[in-house]
Amino acid sequence: MQPDAAAPSKRRWRERVEWLVDHFRAEWQIYVMLAPMIIWFIVFLYKPMYGLQIAFRDYSVFRGIAASPWVGLEHFETLFSNSQFLRAVKNTVYISALSLIFGFPVPILLALMFNEILNEFYKRTAQTIVYLPHFISTVIIAGIVITAFSPSAGIVNTVLGWFGIDSIYFLIKPEWFRPIFIGSGIWQEAGFSSIVFLAAIAGVNPSLYESAVVDGASRWQMMWRITIPSIMPTIIIMLIIRIGNLMEVGFELIILLYQPATYQTADVINTFIYRQGLQSGQYDLAAAAGFFNAVVAFILVMIANTLSKRYSRTSLW
Amino acid sequence: MANMNLYSRGDKLFVRINMALIGIFTISTLYPFIYIAAVSFSSGFAARAGTVVLTPVDLTLAAYARVLSEPLFWNSYGNTFIYTFGGTLTSLLIIIPGAYALSRPKLLGRRFWNLMVAFTMWFHAGMIPFWLNIRDLGLLDTYFGIIIAFACNAFNIILLRNFFESIPRSFEEAARMDGANEFQVLWKVFIPLSKPAIATITLFCIVSRWNGFFWAMVLLTDEGKIPLQVYLRHTIERLSDDEEFSSTLLDAPYSVETVTAAIIVCSIIPVLIIYPFVQRHFSKGILLGGVKE
Repeated sequence: MQPDAAAPSKRRWRERVEWLVDHFRAEWQIYVMLAPMIIWFIVFLYKPMYGLQIAFRDYSVFRGIAASPWVGLEHFETLFSNSQFLRAVKNTVYISALSLIFGFPVPILLALMFNEILNEFYKRTAQTIVYLPHFISTVIIAGIVITAFSPSAGIVNTVLGWFGIDSIYFLIKPEWFRPIFIGSGIWQEAGFSSIVFLAAIAGVNPSLYESAVVDGASRWQMMWRITIPSIMPTIIIMLIIRIGNLMEVGFELIILLYQPATYQTADVINTFIYRQGLQSGQYDLAAAAGFFNAVVAFILVMIANTLSKRYSRTSLW
Repeated sequence: MANMNLYSRGDKLFVRINMALIGIFTISTLYPFIYIAAVSFSSGFAARAGTVVLTPVDLTLAAYARVLSEPLFWNSYGNTFIYTFGGTLTSLLIIIPGAYALSRPKLLGRRFWNLMVAFTMWFHAGMIPFWLNIRDLGLLDTYFGIIIAFACNAFNIILLRNFFESIPRSFEEAARMDGANEFQVLWKVFIPLSKPAIATITLFCIVSRWNGFFWAMVLLTDEGKIPLQVYLRHTIERLSDDEEFSSTLLDAPYSVETVTAAIIVCSIIPVLIIYPFVQRHFSKGILLGGVKE
């Protein structure tokens, strides 16, 4: 058996190599096209994953990643006994959940309302305006918020003044941070997010409405009995995606708006990482926090994808 | 649907209330922009006193004169253009051929390469290892670093790959008969057929580059290389933290608020100019980025 088996497998091996050589000779062009992208992914996204091991090492800039000593789970123990980190985890979940509860229904409502507008010009003008903030930089959003909520000069306090209410310095009040953050998020994204739902509404079979009209249904009834049930799959998919991204709080806006006075309600995991890592230079500890965040996010995304597959037999990617 | 005769009186009321609510939402979306524009043209004194509501008070161009006389403002404006166009071009040069290769059935290891790209949507190393990597590559404080480090993202690649995959084989067969190679097939067949998808990712790239601020703030310390958004951030911080500056402002015809507002207006203008032209496209294009069937 033994000597006989070796010869054909050797021949097959050679055939395979020859086939590969022929393949690359004929099709080298697609590999040339692929290469820059793959190299980019390796250099900019996979190499940092290798660097993630500093979460388990006592990282020193001078020694480099590989030569820094292993410390096991020490950084994670430090993190989970650090009240600031625990607060950041709590705030991340809070802010995400509140944005979901208050922010998620708004684009659906908007899409339903846009659908009921018959004047095309009015509809298109309104849409053009409500999509606009999506294209505005976070820094500008923050600039607008800071100006509008300023204690002396801001329009918000001016209006409160008309009703005899004393000026409030909103941006140093912890209890005001979340409403302002979530409100500006809705202002910026609700309009643009309605596009997905409008597209779903556009896909509803028109004959459903026609027969409803014959039966004498009102617009209100048609919205509840036809439109909303028809776009339910889209609503559920979008909800699942949002749950999958729960750990992704818009931390750029938080960095621009928060102050030490509001850390207690505003500080989230990513802003904690930014301060500990990039501002205080505790790279290993911050990388550990980032690792924790990425693992939780990964689990959530996997759950979301499984749910979406089960629910609609469509995968999210 | 558009036949008004089919509407009962109750429906007409419903439609009117609906139009009014949409109107209110639209105006609340627009108002902050109007307010900021009004502040930017008001005097510093009026802005500080909080008397600006809808139109400029004590109309003046003082804030603009101050902003536009800063060489750093113009410099950062120029940098934003460099990052936006350099970055978008780099993205397209990497993403288009890459997505095309991923869409070819004959590509060896196709599943592996696709997974390698998609995996980065679900898991990423995070801020710190990414930053350390950029530092170790020697790309801190360089134009090239900002342009190349954000050139690709999995979402855009998958969007384009799906579009390429949906193009029927028959389109490329004629070109292949004429002996076209892969580059020619991509250039002459796939790119012309994929204009909406390419327009969509181009728009995504331009918007994220124009607005990008966090990584530019973190990776660039040289004031000469920062883009406009970081400049705006620095200005807001400097003006509001610097006590001395604030006291000199008491006599100035502008204030922290009017200067901030003027920079905001200047940085929104290019967006407003381009916006109506692209607005028509994304309502179609965005669908491509939706859920894959």
